[in-house]
Amino acid sequence: MFRAFLDAFLFQAGYNAALVAAGAALLGVAAGSGGSFLFLRKRALVSDAVAHATLPGVGAAFIVMVALGGDGRNLLGLLLGSAISASIGLLAVEWIVSRTRLAEDAAIGAVLSVFFGFGIVLLTVIQTLSRGYQAGLESFLLGSTAGMLFADAIVIATGGAATLALILIMCRPMTIVAFDPEFAAASGINVRRIDLAMMGLVMAVTVIGLKVVGLILIVAMLIIPPVTARLWTERAEHVLLFGGLFGGFSGYVGAAISASAPNLPTGPIVVLVAFSLFAGSLLFAPGRGVIAAFLRHRRFQLAVHRRQGLLALARGEAIFDPLTLTVLRREGLIRQDGVATQKGRAHAAKALRDEKRWALARQLYEDEAVGGGYDGLTPIETVLTRDELADIDHRLGPPAPVS
Amino acid sequence: MNAVLELASRKEWAAGSDALDESPLVVAGLTVSYGEKPAIFSIDAAVAAGSMTAIVGPNGAGKSTLIKAVLGIVPRLSGQVFAYGRPLRQNMHRIAYVPQRASVDWDFPTRVIDVVLMGLYRELGLLGRVRQHHRERALSCLDRVGMAEFAHRQIGQLSGGQQQRVFLARALAQNAGLYLLDEPFAGVDAATERAIIDVLRALKEEGRTAVCVHHDLATVADYFDNVLLINVRKIAEGPVETTFTAENLQKTYGGRLATAHIDQLKLPA
Repeated sequence: MFRAFLDAFLFQAGYNAALVAAGAALLGVAAGSGGSFLFLRKRALVSDAVAHATLPGVGAAFIVMVALGGDGRNLLGLLLGSAISASIGLLAVEWIVSRTRLAEDAAIGAVLSVFFGFGIVLLTVIQTLSRGYQAGLESFLLGSTAGMLFADAIVIATGGAATLALILIMCRPMTIVAFDPEFAAASGINVRRIDLAMMGLVMAVTVIGLKVVGLILIVAMLIIPPVTARLWTERAEHVLLFGGLFGGFSGYVGAAISASAPNLPTGPIVVLVAFSLFAGSLLFAPGRGVIAAFLRHRRFQLAVHRRQGLLALARGEAIFDPLTLTVLRREGLIRQDGVATQKGRAHAAKALRDEKRWALARQLYEDEAVGGGYDGLTPIETVLTRDELADIDHRLGPPAPVS
Repeated sequence: MNAVLELASRKEWAAGSDALDESPLVVAGLTVSYGEKPAIFSIDAAVAAGSMTAIVGPNGAGKSTLIKAVLGIVPRLSGQVFAYGRPLRQNMHRIAYVPQRASVDWDFPTRVIDVVLMGLYRELGLLGRVRQHHRERALSCLDRVGMAEFAHRQIGQLSGGQQQRVFLARALAQNAGLYLLDEPFAGVDAATERAIIDVLRALKEEGRTAVCVHHDLATVADYFDNVLLINVRKIAEGPVETTFTAENLQKTYGGRLATAHIDQLKLPA
């Protein structure tokens, strides 16, 4: 089992498996970075409606191709059909939102279920048609790479590369639109066109991902990698970059695992790999991760004790809290007997002054953010600008030393 | 164009035969409605070059809508907008916009300097690389609003006043002739208010023009040359000395503004 995985992972499991892994990786990169825009624009769920709206197109394309006497399973034809019905679904969502009083979530729910239901009906019809062979269209639900042809892989690779190119070109205006659409409009960006391009991008990823991941789970490839990336970075372009990397990694490893054993569906495995990256990031990411948050909380607690201790020293009050005493001793701010050292007195004076500065700052700025930013621990110099601080110091008068 | 020429010549303070060429902004018959209810109705206005104009009116009077309609952010039902003598769409590059800071999500993953660099989009285009001189310009814009030290800060860590300064810096980066600001003084601290008004006055010194949606009646006379009073319709327009009067304010605010409150304002005699 592990041996088989290793083979698939290292492109040793044969031509077909290598093809699938490369295709899945490329798809993952396109989905992860394309989905980042959707995530930043806070419209991630639209992709779910788009994905489900592909199904009737797949069924209809099959019927049309068979009726014309061709092979109903031609991938390019099926993808074209799915793209057409996905566009109709997308336009339906946009139309409902702009022309009725329904909100976007309701529009998504309605379009998603109706299109999916219609698609299932079409698949059932196809199955009952007395044709001599299985259509195999169910594989578009959860993705299947078992019978993938070289031509299929070429379609996926070309589509993935084209979407990536579009992402690079649209990166700057899309970021501006995602952050501040009104400003974007006022600086000459056609917001509606950018939104349509973004949706087109998502549709392209969905359509080329149908074969590999399937329409039910493609939405996970669009959303999970950017959300994972967001845990690691505070910059939009890095969300895009890491989103692409995480997506590509998930696609590649997921495809390799699914190739290592018979009957492992590709889509769910890829999604599980993406999820494990997310779970790991949620725990270990610096800054936004759970462990980092816990450590930050602990540091904060110590800083609170240090601050309270210094203020108590400055005001000549006795300190009883054992943790406070430990903190002060460890920094050499008090002696073993609890008397302030030279250094302790200097720090206490500064603490008292900052306390007064903060008190005045809270009076001056009713502003929520400054008031909320007051924890007595953040150095005030990093929260207020120099002119703001000078203003406060001017009002406070000269500092007084602690005796 | 005739209607606009006529309109411009009616403004005694936009005097001169070349008024239309000089005027950074002329609005004619502008109407916007949400549903069947007009938010602003048939507003005519002209802004003189190098002036500072306040748009004043009660809540729901359509002040922000007016600015957004001028810029084409909300669709117009009727009316025309001219900037520097041409349809505004052709002169968009000479206009900078400062939206209300509450209109965006400040948890967006970006840094202060990146927001200011968004102001250079016209120059950079789709694929232009951000070069050192672009960064230096963004930094100098941040310096003008006293925020240079915050350049690499996450925008989510800023206070409300600092957010407003960043938005102003982004508009400065656009190096425009006409600045449209939506409530720049709303909910900011005193130091930020001073910093913003200093920047606006400096812009005026440079011959640039500013139009602000303004809510604080007490500072209108201090900060602005001209005032445009609206409550869905235009009530009055002109220099603060002759237009910002108790009578016009009463017309604008109706019963909502107590006479006692008006008496406390520093109204021109």
